[in-house]
Amino acid sequence: MRLNRYQRRRAVNVLVSALAFLCAAITIIPLLMILGHLLAQGAKAVNLDFFTQLPKPVGEVGGGMANAIVGTLILIGLACLVGLPIGIIGGIYLAEFGNNKTGWLVRFMSDVLNGTPSIVIGIFAYTVVVLPMKRFSALAGGFALGIIMIPTVIRATEELVKLVPTSVREAGLALGIPQWRVILRIVVPSAKTGIVTGVLLAVARIGGETAPLLFTAFGNQFWQQRLDQPIASLPVQVFTYAISPFEDWHRQAWAGALVLVAMILITSVLTRVVTRGQYRSMR
Amino acid sequence: MLTGLAVEKLGAWFGQKQVLNGISMTIGPNLVTAVIGPSGCGKSTLIRCLNRLHETVPGARQSGRVLLDGQNIYLMDPVQVRRTIGMVFQKPNPFPSMSIYDNVAAGLRLNGIRERRPLDEIVEKSLRMAALWEEVNDRLDKPGISLSGGQQQRLCIARAIAIEPQVLLMDEPCSALDPISTAKIEELIQELKKALTIVIVTHNMQQAARVSDYTGFLLLGELIEFDETPKLFTNPRDKRTEDYITGRFG
Repeated sequence: MRLNRYQRRRAVNVLVSALAFLCAAITIIPLLMILGHLLAQGAKAVNLDFFTQLPKPVGEVGGGMANAIVGTLILIGLACLVGLPIGIIGGIYLAEFGNNKTGWLVRFMSDVLNGTPSIVIGIFAYTVVVLPMKRFSALAGGFALGIIMIPTVIRATEELVKLVPTSVREAGLALGIPQWRVILRIVVPSAKTGIVTGVLLAVARIGGETAPLLFTAFGNQFWQQRLDQPIASLPVQVFTYAISPFEDWHRQAWAGALVLVAMILITSVLTRVVTRGQYRSMR
Repeated sequence: MLTGLAVEKLGAWFGQKQVLNGISMTIGPNLVTAVIGPSGCGKSTLIRCLNRLHETVPGARQSGRVLLDGQNIYLMDPVQVRRTIGMVFQKPNPFPSMSIYDNVAAGLRLNGIRERRPLDEIVEKSLRMAALWEEVNDRLDKPGISLSGGQQQRLCIARAIAIEPQVLLMDEPCSALDPISTAKIEELIQELKKALTIVIVTHNMQQAARVSDYTGFLLLGELIEFDETPKLFTNPRDKRTEDYITGRFG
């Protein structure tokens, strides 16, 4: 009788473990398939030209997406200028002073913003930046991406600043250090690696955004000269090339998609490396 | 000239719950004053009222006066109060993002002293006073949290005394430590009292008897008895004190 029950438990254990493994495998399969397909299709078109050349006019074979790669980096930089100060300072506010109605409201709004379709944010940027300036521009694209970043950065910062134990704050206060200084010089540095992780995740998220760029940054085929002019970006370039009727552009679109995914992958790996940082323990 | 503290009719609350009631005691300069009592009697709250840390907890408030040099600290700037009245906590809490050196220098730096020379001198002096210098002088740039528990606590003591407070509050400073580290810190208290006034909370009665000059017995938020340490331990006036120190409850 005893043995029977034990055997049954072991059987259930094996069954449930197998199920868990199966689910994990099913989760990874689509990712692997996408990556595999991308590699198969894109690797052929990725070469040195792709990283150094401008797009060629229709009909000419070859060329690259150098301007779009740089454009994406510029757009991410602009987005960070908008999103990071608001996101990080907002997150610190929520963690340190957000235990009230205002905090609840900000948290709720940021969740709503997080759930807002990115194309809607694109329309917003179109209305407040593109229309008054009367032209598409890198600024408008960076603005839209920056807004998309805010909720991710806010929540990551809040969670990680909250993780810093009260005893550390009290130690600072007990030294006669004013509260604002305790927060900025002691609490936030203690949460630094976590905040960097959140920021990199947000960057990875906006790096692949296409919709909000369609009618803000718009895209072009040249080297970017000024920030108040349209700017090329990898996702939009891939989109434009993929829906074109030209075989050579299709190959380039695959290559662009591959490079984009690689860039985001590198960002994610970078996140892991940073998180392994030197002063790891908060407790 | 060193200063003591005078506590007058101190009361303290967390929300609706009153945790301290009408505490009055005089804490003499250059003496060690111990506060003993069972868990939850308000010892920590009492000591946290002495540097205005109690009020930083949401919903917490207090009444009464605490006089430092005849001045009520509740009418002073709390930041100024905490620069004069330092504190060491129950669990060692070095700043996780800082090196050993930076931990000790933190109070000075964040209060505006930046030149390397005076900082170096004060850091060394404080670590020597905290009996930690010999153990860490070759690795001042290592993170503070890389030290052992006992070393971390002495680091916290060094950090607290680096800003040269007149009073040092210690909230069960040895409760997370092994006997050897405890002995080191008790020795240290005897050294430190030459320069400072010390208030120590402990629920280890032997420790109170060993290190303190005066002892107060706290029970359910009231100060039952306050007297010279030898007297309180050998000849308590109150039945409840006697019951507690003889181990009949606690």
